[in-house]
Amino acid sequence: MDWTIWVEWLIKSLFVVFALLTGFAYLTLYERRALAKIQVRIGPNRAGWQGLLQPVADAVKLIFKEELTPAKADKLVFFWAPIITMVPSIVIAAVIPFGPTTTLFGRTIVFSVANINVGVLFLMAVASIAVYGIVLAGWSSNNKYAMLGGLRSSAQMISYELSLGLGFVTAILLGNSMNLHDIVDAQRNVWFAVVQPVGALIFMIVTLAEVNRAPFDMPEAEQELTAGYHSEYSGMKFALFFMAEYQKMIAISMIAATLFFGGYREFWFLKDTFLSVDAIWNIGPWQFQAWFLGPIYMLLKVVVLLFFMIWIRATWPRIRYDRLMSFGWKVLLPLSLAVVFISAVGVLVAQQFDNNWYLAIIPIFSSVAGLVAVGFVDQALRRKSYASH
Amino acid sequence: MSIDLILFLILAVVAVATALGMLLSKNAVYSALFLVLNFAAIAVFYLLLGAPFIAISQVTVYAGAIMVLFLFVIMLLGAETLAPSKVLRGQGWAAFGLAVVLVAETVYLLVSRHAAVGVIARPDAFLNTMDSLREIGKALFIQYLLPFEVTSILLLVAMVGAIVLTRREKGG
Amino acid sequence: MLIEYIAIAVLLVLSTAVALIAVGLGTIFGPQKKSEAKSMPYESGMSPYGEGTRRMPVRFYLIAVLFILFDIEVVFFLPWAVVFRQLTWFGLAEMVIFITILLVGYFYAWKKGALEWE
Repeated sequence: MDWTIWVEWLIKSLFVVFALLTGFAYLTLYERRALAKIQVRIGPNRAGWQGLLQPVADAVKLIFKEELTPAKADKLVFFWAPIITMVPSIVIAAVIPFGPTTTLFGRTIVFSVANINVGVLFLMAVASIAVYGIVLAGWSSNNKYAMLGGLRSSAQMISYELSLGLGFVTAILLGNSMNLHDIVDAQRNVWFAVVQPVGALIFMIVTLAEVNRAPFDMPEAEQELTAGYHSEYSGMKFALFFMAEYQKMIAISMIAATLFFGGYREFWFLKDTFLSVDAIWNIGPWQFQAWFLGPIYMLLKVVVLLFFMIWIRATWPRIRYDRLMSFGWKVLLPLSLAVVFISAVGVLVAQQFDNNWYLAIIPIFSSVAGLVAVGFVDQALRRKSYASH
Repeated sequence: MSIDLILFLILAVVAVATALGMLLSKNAVYSALFLVLNFAAIAVFYLLLGAPFIAISQVTVYAGAIMVLFLFVIMLLGAETLAPSKVLRGQGWAAFGLAVVLVAETVYLLVSRHAAVGVIARPDAFLNTMDSLREIGKALFIQYLLPFEVTSILLLVAMVGAIVLTRREKGG
Repeated sequence: MLIEYIAIAVLLVLSTAVALIAVGLGTIFGPQKKSEAKSMPYESGMSPYGEGTRRMPVRFYLIAVLFILFDIEVVFFLPWAVVFRQLTWFGLAEMVIFITILLVGYFYAWKKGALEWE
């Protein structure tokens, strides 16, 4: 094995870590400013120009805070729980491609930390490992709120993980590969969000629940559980939970972008122009592939998806825990199963007649399924709101 | 020594140590966590054998799902530090006997199979490709179709069992 | 040797190092003034009542069991989706049978109220 490959791994890993860390820092600012704008406030704008140094100030403040460990807490687990929560939120980004495969300095560069054939399964594995930190934080704190918050949170995560997994299956079916690079390449002609809009929508709802964001942030509802599983954490250990939540938001937006919104690829109608990531640019004597557009497109898509998450938080109230669970189990799970089978049939029919226009039955039938689900929810809510008094 | 062998030896120590840790921990939550580490070590074994699909499935299903259930059960019962309950008479001897049988069986399989197969060849050539995954898929959905369908019945039985055991009477 | 997985291991080590450094910074620079009141479990300002961790509703257990079953189903779905274009209608049929059997259990759970959360 050649030493340069270690350098390559190190550079890629450092890039991912720094991207997620700075992304986390500025996402907190972005969220606070965006929420402020929506609520007609100003938001943090004092530290640096437009408040750009605010994340730095927050970090410094948290470093100088006292860390408490409650009496009778399980010290070892209490120490490791935030770390176990934070690490998967970075590692999950290992298989996400940031750009097209290209040749730089005479070597072929693949723009992801690892280019593995079981990429999608890897995402599922890491997503399911992420539950541990939260359960353990709740348990080790020796606090009733923390315990209940941890259990609620993990029960919610595992319930929605099934629909998340079926979302992955939909993308694999359409892309005919489990390798994320292949899935992105398969979206050269059209994004999967267009072929399977309901699947993409379910995926986005599920990602909100997976990262415990509003309106699915019941486990952290301060009115009844103080702060949920991290009630007892302070200082940098609390900061790690916070970091994990925001890095998960970023990572899962990247995943959604990769699976349904063309990943690092341009809009499909730009595919033959000079704005495509495959285009060859001629500037003066130089001739090179426009691979650097890949990370830029990725960033744009992630920013837009993150804005939706923040917008939803500003707009919607929390969903009651019982409704949250039954929504996950009774609506999303059957709907995503239906979506998987509709996609399967669509792919088969298109293959049979050797004509990709037959893929149009996918959006049509899955929209019908989606409308049926919406009708079901509507009926259930009507029945409950009158009967419960 | 090749890197594979060194890695294998380190992981073997980790696997045995975590297994012992799981057996000897006083606290049930620690036992569960040791078991998770053990599963992780085994997943890396699968990777070394050139079976990434099995490796990552192992992490997803065992570490990600089954151990979460174990942790839930331990926490729900508040059973982390329960005093050991009464041990059945002769349990130790029975366990020892069964362990001997298991070891004998493993040794027999190792010896007999090794003669038959020799060193198992690793299909390095198509490891990290979709084709290797498609081969797994074909094996699972054509060759082992019946076991696959029967799995669903097993899952169904497990589901019904769990529901019956935890069902509360209405109004109770 | 599966080279790509070493890259994942590198990222794993690096991110763990970042997490440890973050916690370490807090331990080095943060004040450490312990007191009995501070180390009490937080219970909205009241003195804690009873044990910190107590027995929890059995519903969480049921959810975890159902999760395992459907998680295994999803793991089966993944290789199926990859070979699907070769298996064609036969593959679809076998998956439909698999899911139908599981759905029997799912509707049983629904009818028995296992999916309700009061």
